[in-house]
Amino acid sequence: MTLDSKIPSGPLAEKWDRHRFDMKLINPANKRKYSVIVVGTGLAGASAAATMAELGYNVTALCYNDSARRAHSIAAQGGINAAKNYQNDGDSIWRLFYDTVKGGDYRSREANVYRLAQVSNNIIDQCVAQGVPFAREYGGYLDNRSFGGAQVSRTFYARGQTGQQLLLGAYSALMRQVGLGKVDLYTRHEMMDVVLVDGHARGIVARDMVTGKVQSFAADAVILATGGYSNVYFLSTNAIACNVTAAYRAYKKGAAFANPAFVQIHPTCIPVSGEHQSKLTLMSESLRNDGRIWVPKKKGETRNPNDIPEDERDYYLERKYPSFGNLSPRDISSRSAKEVCDEGRGVGPTGYGVYLDFRDAINRLGRDVIEARYGNLFQMYERITGEDPYQVPMRIYPALHYTMGGLWVDYNLMSTIPGLHVLGEANFSDHGANRLGASALMQGLADGYFVIPYTIGDYLAKSGGGEKVTTDHPEFKKAEEDVRARIGKLLDLNGSRTVVSIHRELGHIMWNYVGMARNEEGLKKALEQIPKLREEFWENAKVVGDGESVNQALERAGRVADFLEFAELLVYDALNREESCGGHFREEYQTEDGEALRNDEDYAYVAAWEFTGVGEKPILHKEPLEFENVKLQTRSYK
Amino acid sequence: MKLKLHIWRQKSTQDKGKMVTYEVDGIIEDMSFLEMLDVLNEKLILNEEEPVAFDHDCREGICGACSLTINGIPHGPEKETTICQLHMRHFKDGDEIYVEPFRARAFPVLRDLVTDRTAFDRIMQAGGFVSANTGGIPDANAIPISKKDADLAMDNAACIGCGACVAACKNASAMLFVSAKVAQYAYLPQGQTERKRRVLNMVAQMDREGFGNCTNYYECEAVCPKGISVASIALMNRDFLRASLSEEKALDR
Repeated sequence: MTLDSKIPSGPLAEKWDRHRFDMKLINPANKRKYSVIVVGTGLAGASAAATMAELGYNVTALCYNDSARRAHSIAAQGGINAAKNYQNDGDSIWRLFYDTVKGGDYRSREANVYRLAQVSNNIIDQCVAQGVPFAREYGGYLDNRSFGGAQVSRTFYARGQTGQQLLLGAYSALMRQVGLGKVDLYTRHEMMDVVLVDGHARGIVARDMVTGKVQSFAADAVILATGGYSNVYFLSTNAIACNVTAAYRAYKKGAAFANPAFVQIHPTCIPVSGEHQSKLTLMSESLRNDGRIWVPKKKGETRNPNDIPEDERDYYLERKYPSFGNLSPRDISSRSAKEVCDEGRGVGPTGYGVYLDFRDAINRLGRDVIEARYGNLFQMYERITGEDPYQVPMRIYPALHYTMGGLWVDYNLMSTIPGLHVLGEANFSDHGANRLGASALMQGLADGYFVIPYTIGDYLAKSGGGEKVTTDHPEFKKAEEDVRARIGKLLDLNGSRTVVSIHRELGHIMWNYVGMARNEEGLKKALEQIPKLREEFWENAKVVGDGESVNQALERAGRVADFLEFAELLVYDALNREESCGGHFREEYQTEDGEALRNDEDYAYVAAWEFTGVGEKPILHKEPLEFENVKLQTRSYK
Repeated sequence: MKLKLHIWRQKSTQDKGKMVTYEVDGIIEDMSFLEMLDVLNEKLILNEEEPVAFDHDCREGICGACSLTINGIPHGPEKETTICQLHMRHFKDGDEIYVEPFRARAFPVLRDLVTDRTAFDRIMQAGGFVSANTGGIPDANAIPISKKDADLAMDNAACIGCGACVAACKNASAMLFVSAKVAQYAYLPQGQTERKRRVLNMVAQMDREGFGNCTNYYECEAVCPKGISVASIALMNRDFLRASLSEEKALDR
C-alpha cells in the first residue's frame, strides 16, 4: 500500500485553482454515461449527490433512515464557519486556514485545510440561495457570532438549529434531483459491503431494511459519506444508528483507515443518569460564555450547590487557565472535568458531573438577558433532567461527540481503493487531532458541493475503473453471498445476552481505557478485553426475529459486530502514537503542568492502517505532514 | 415504577395488527419514553419474543424519526416535545399507557409502530426547493432580507417532518407540513421566482398521496413539536388561490 496524497504543486493559495485547471473534464453530453453511488445522505452525501446530478451524472443514493432528511448532521446546533469577513474584524481565508491547522494541533494537511477555507465562502452563498434562513441583523445582512473561542466572528447560524437548516437545504436540492429522475434514492437501505472489480470500487451490496432483500448496485465510482464512529463508545451524542460499518467494510477491503484514535470529547453534555441511558445530549458550547464551571473543594460534598459558600467552590478552569477560563478549548475543558471527578469532587448522583453555574450571570445581566440568550437550551436541559437551571446550576460532563479520524483520502478525496471516495466526517482529512467548533458542517458541505463534483470527473475521465460492469459480475455475486452468510450467522445467535448489553460493555472498555486520558497500561488492557468481548458476542449474544422483515435487533447486531472489530484498530492507533495532541492525550506525555506534550519530531504524520485480519495487528503506513506555511507551536491557553 | 403498556403490534403492512399488553418494571423517572421501550425490548428479546419496532434516531428532538401516539396524542402529552424528549417523570407508578403508530392512510404501517412516511418526501420532490444549482451564486449578502422575514422563514423551516400533524388530524391532512415549507420560501426573496409553481405542485402531490383537506380543527398545531402555526396554512391557501387564478399550471406528473 502506498500513500500518495496527490497534493498539487505550487504556492498554497494557488494549489486548488491550478488543480482544477489540470483535472480532466467530461463534456456535458457524456456525463450521463457515468454513474456514481453515494452512500449516506447527510450534509456531505446529500450535497454531493445533488450536485453531481445537476452536472448530469446518474446518481444512486442510499441511506438507512426512512428519509434523507434525518441524517445526524441535523443535530448540529452552533453554526458553520466561513471566511467571509462580513464583520470586518480581520478574518480572511488565511486566518481560517491557520486557525484550523493550529486548532487541529498540527496533525492535518495544509493543502486540504487551505482549500476548505477557500470554498467556505461559496458554501454560505449556496445555502442562502437555497433559502436557508440564516440569522440576520436588522439591516437585513447576515449575522455572525464568535464560536468555540475564535477571536473573530465568522460563524453563521440559524437559531440553535444550523445543522438542521443546512441539511434541509441539501435535502431539498437532493429531492429536486430525485423528482427530475436524476437521482435514484433508496431509503431504509443499509450498505453491507463495497464491491471491487479489478481493484477498483465498482459498487456496493445493501440490505433493504423493510423486506430484508440483499441487493447489489453497480456504478463507475462509489462515494461513502457515512459519518463518524463515536458510537464505538456506546454513549455519545451521535444518533442511535450512527455506525462504522460502511467505513469498516471498506477498510477490510483494502482502504487505509487514518488516525482512528483522534476522537473529540465535548465538554458540555448532560451527564449520564444511569445504566439505562441510550445516548447523551449535547448542550451548546455557547453556554460557556456566561456560565461558570466549578466543583466543591471538598470531596464527597453532599450539600445543595446553592448552599455551598463561595470560598468552598473551586472554579478550576478559571484557576488553571486564567486568560481563557471557562472558554478553554474542548479537549482541555474535558480533561479538567475528568480530573476533578477522578479526585472525588464530581457532583450529581453518579459523581461524574461538574456544575455550570449561571447565578453570577443572572445577577449581573438579569434573568431576561439570560433567557433571551439561552432560553431554548435551558428548556431542553429542564426537559431532560427535570431541574430548573435558573434556580440550580446545570450539571455537565464530557461526552464523545465527533471523530476526526476516518478513511484515509488523498487531495481528491479518494481512498487507497481506486474509485472509492470518502466525504465528510467519514474521512480523516481536515481537522487533524482536534476539530474547531462550527467546522464540521463546513467540511461536509465543502466536500459535497465544491470538491467531489470536480475530482470525481477527473477520476472518471481518466477511464476510472475501466469497462462497465453490471451486478451480474461474479464479484457482486460473491459479495452478496458473503453478506447473506453473515446475516444468517447473526440470526443464528441464540445465547443469553442482548446485543445492546454487549455494546454497552464495549463502551465501558473504550471510555475507561481509550477515553479522555490514555496510557500504555490501560490501552493494553483494552487490547486484551476487546477480543474477549468479541468472542462473547459470537458465543453468547442473542438475536431474535427473521431476516425478511423489519428487524431492528438484527440491524443493531450487525453494527455492533463491526464496532467490536473496529475498536481494536482504534486502540492500536492510540498505543502507537506516543505523544499527546488534540483529542489524544497520553498520560505519559505531558508537561510538568499536566498539559499535552506533542512530539513533532517523531509523530508529525498521518497514521494510516492497513487491515491484515480480524484480531491481527494492522500494518502502519505513515504519511509525513509537511508544514511549509505555518510554524509549529505549542498551544497555550494560560 | 411499574407500568402497564398496551402496544400496537403488526408484523407487516399486510398483517391486520392488534394491541398487545405488556408490563414493565423498574422504570425510573430519568428515563426517556424511548429508553423505557428499550427496557421492554431487552426483556422481550431475552424471553425469545420479537422486540417492538419503532422509528427513532437522534433522540434529541430534531431528526423527526420518532413517531408514537401516546394515549391518543401524537408525541404524547407534553407541549412542543417529541416523544424521544418525553421523560418518564411525567408518568406515575401503575399507569396504563396506550402506544400506537402515527395513523393515516398515507402513512402505511411497515411493522408495529414504524410507518412509511415517504409521501412527505414525494411532496418535497414536487416543489419543496429553490431551483438553485450549485455554483454561480451571488454573494450571500447581495440581497438584504429583513430580520422579520428571516425570522418568519425560520419559524416555518423549523419543521422536522415527523408527521404528527397528519396523525393528529381527523382528516389526516398534511396541510401544516406542506404550508410550513411553502411559507418558509414565501417569506424569502429566493423563493419568489417559483412561488406559484411551488404551491400548485406541492398541493397537487399532497392530494395524490391521499392526505385529507383542512377543516380548521387545529389539532395539528396543538401537537406540533416545533410549534408551527396554522397561520401558515392560511398563507398557503392564499398563495394557492392566487396561483390557481394565474397562468401557472401544476406539472402533470
